[in-house]
Amino acid sequence: MMLPKPRGAFSAEVFEALRSAPSRLADTSLPEAENADDTAIALWALYELHFRGLEDVEEDLEWHPAALQLRARLESDLEARLRAHWVGTAPQGDFAETFFAFVADHDGPSLARFVQTKATEEQVLDLLRMRSIYHLKEADPSAWVVPRLPTVPKAGLVELLYDEYGAGDPNRLHHHLFARGMESVGLRSEYGAYVDDAPAEVLEQNNAMALFGLHRRLRGAAMGHLAAFEATSSMPSRRMAAGLERLGLDTAMIGYYTEHVTADAAHEQVAVRAICGALLDCEPALWDDVFFGAFTCMDQEDRVAGHLLGRWQEAA
Amino acid sequence: MTAPEFEHADVELCPGGPLLLRGKHVVRDAEGRIHQATGPLTAVCRCGKSAARPWCDGTHKLLPEDKRP
Repeated sequence: MMLPKPRGAFSAEVFEALRSAPSRLADTSLPEAENADDTAIALWALYELHFRGLEDVEEDLEWHPAALQLRARLESDLEARLRAHWVGTAPQGDFAETFFAFVADHDGPSLARFVQTKATEEQVLDLLRMRSIYHLKEADPSAWVVPRLPTVPKAGLVELLYDEYGAGDPNRLHHHLFARGMESVGLRSEYGAYVDDAPAEVLEQNNAMALFGLHRRLRGAAMGHLAAFEATSSMPSRRMAAGLERLGLDTAMIGYYTEHVTADAAHEQVAVRAICGALLDCEPALWDDVFFGAFTCMDQEDRVAGHLLGRWQEAA
Repeated sequence: MTAPEFEHADVELCPGGPLLLRGKHVVRDAEGRIHQATGPLTAVCRCGKSAARPWCDGTHKLLPEDKRP
């Protein structure tokens, strides 16, 4: 994919520098970001250099000091914002029991429930376009954490990722299943096709996963995020499948969600017990960050849901 | 010992939740029907309330604690 569209003077200058003058990325004279979109799209593009790359940006900019300097500045702001959102404290107790209760007690607007009962086909397609930003790289940010884990949680994470990546069968690879589903409902399946349509909330949701995945220091948050993601997937996936069936959408997209009903019922147990629980047995000091990652996962989903439900209500 | 032999199970009873199976198992349900696991990790329902039996679909989380397996 090419660089996305800039969303303000800041991202416009950053993208121009990425195309032609990378040393300017470290300039203190870069304009201030105009808004959350302007910041989020710039950081998203910088992260993209670590995923699949951008066709109009030289590959070696991935590790260019000026790009890294700018990325570090944006990441520092992002992490501070994410930590400020979490006003609670990590609960204490038996880890698995406490974690499942922490996730169950979180309350927020549910896009899946809306899709199940009320959404129009256009709203569902809108949601799928937003989901595609992550689902077309599903599990990739977690894969960065593998070499940073001690033996037992590493075995757990690789076990989970093996299933996410199709257990050796590319046709079962989850982001490929989503791509097939996108095509089946008439949407574009190319990686990043809809990034220009994604609001700041969706970009930031993706940026947080890259932030946690790319920094060894944040391995606890990365795994807590993964566990909360898996532990909030089965039932919403069932609702999504029911909503898509209600609207008569193609079976390939429905199949993506039904696959996640049962797969994630197993994954949540592995993520909570064999990954996070095992990680905390080795590194108990990561306890708070595991819960910070989990909170961030759920909080950002609430923000995405709030944005989309609000937008659809306005349009109605 | 710095490189211990870890305790590891292929079948795990998850407290309050499903039976976690490692490996591509074939499961016969209570009615005698055969179900092939589609991946290397599966969770078998133990609360009896899953809509995807024999597989777990997370429904146990909606049950009061004393009704969970």
